[in-house]
Amino acid sequence: MSDQVSYDGVSYDSVEVGAELAEVSYPASRLSLVMYCGASGDFNVIHWNERIAKSVGLPDVIAHGMFTMAQAGRYVTDWAGPKATVVEFGVRFSAPVVVPDDDVGATIIVTGKVEEKLDDNKVALALTAKSAGTKVLSRARAVVRLV
Amino acid sequence: MAINPQYVGKTFPATEPYQVSREKLREFADAIGDTNPVYRSRAAAQEAGFPDVIAPPTFAIVISVASSGKALADPGLNLNYAMVVHGEQRFEYSRPLVAGDVVTAQSTISSIRDVGSLSMMTTTTEIRTVDGEHVCTAHSTLVERGA
Repeated sequence: MSDQVSYDGVSYDSVEVGAELAEVSYPASRLSLVMYCGASGDFNVIHWNERIAKSVGLPDVIAHGMFTMAQAGRYVTDWAGPKATVVEFGVRFSAPVVVPDDDVGATIIVTGKVEEKLDDNKVALALTAKSAGTKVLSRARAVVRLV
Repeated sequence: MAINPQYVGKTFPATEPYQVSREKLREFADAIGDTNPVYRSRAAAQEAGFPDVIAPPTFAIVISVASSGKALADPGLNLNYAMVVHGEQRFEYSRPLVAGDVVTAQSTISSIRDVGSLSMMTTTTEIRTVDGEHVCTAHSTLVERGA
């Protein structure tokens, strides 16, 4: 992987309110969840133990909400570019991302729209995230300061 | 029994200083599948205008949970952790966390409310450098499902 920052991101002046951002799909496998358990310190069994997940009424192992939010964060920072900074980022977790043990896992599909241009080079994005046809994040919004 | 409403407004002691390290940021970026060089390469981060490798936006949860987790474990709060799901999460950043930062986190229970059979509790956690500079405020809403 290159250490070079090859993409400068979007400029504030080029952004138009109402513009739709391209949809991006992110994978969530059992391995992703195990890695996220270790990196985050959140070892809640519902994220890695199918037997216990099912015993508490879940369809299967589910992704950490924060893993899903992190994918929406990737979406925002990849769009905004390396020089941009995230000023605000908030989501509501509306449904779990169910991750089956089938060597494929789940897919999280993120879309975004420019909701508002604010002062100081800030832009508000409205985001959506779906998995298996279900909305997994709602009221998802990020404010980024562009260059 | 619901979450003890007398805990609204209670502030818990700040955590011990936490040092943000390049290795931890890389581990976290790997876990969320984010290959952005500004999370991995000091040169790339500096090219983008940061003093060192920065943290992905949701990394702040690792630090805030170290603080809010202590609040949740207070037996007087009467939170049934087995019945808890993450309802909402929001971050407000003054700047990104940067490798080398030494920060503490301090949590306050900002609201507790019942909605039908659910109890919802929001904690607000301030992440500041040991010199007092504000970096991030994290608002986490947990939902306790009724038994």
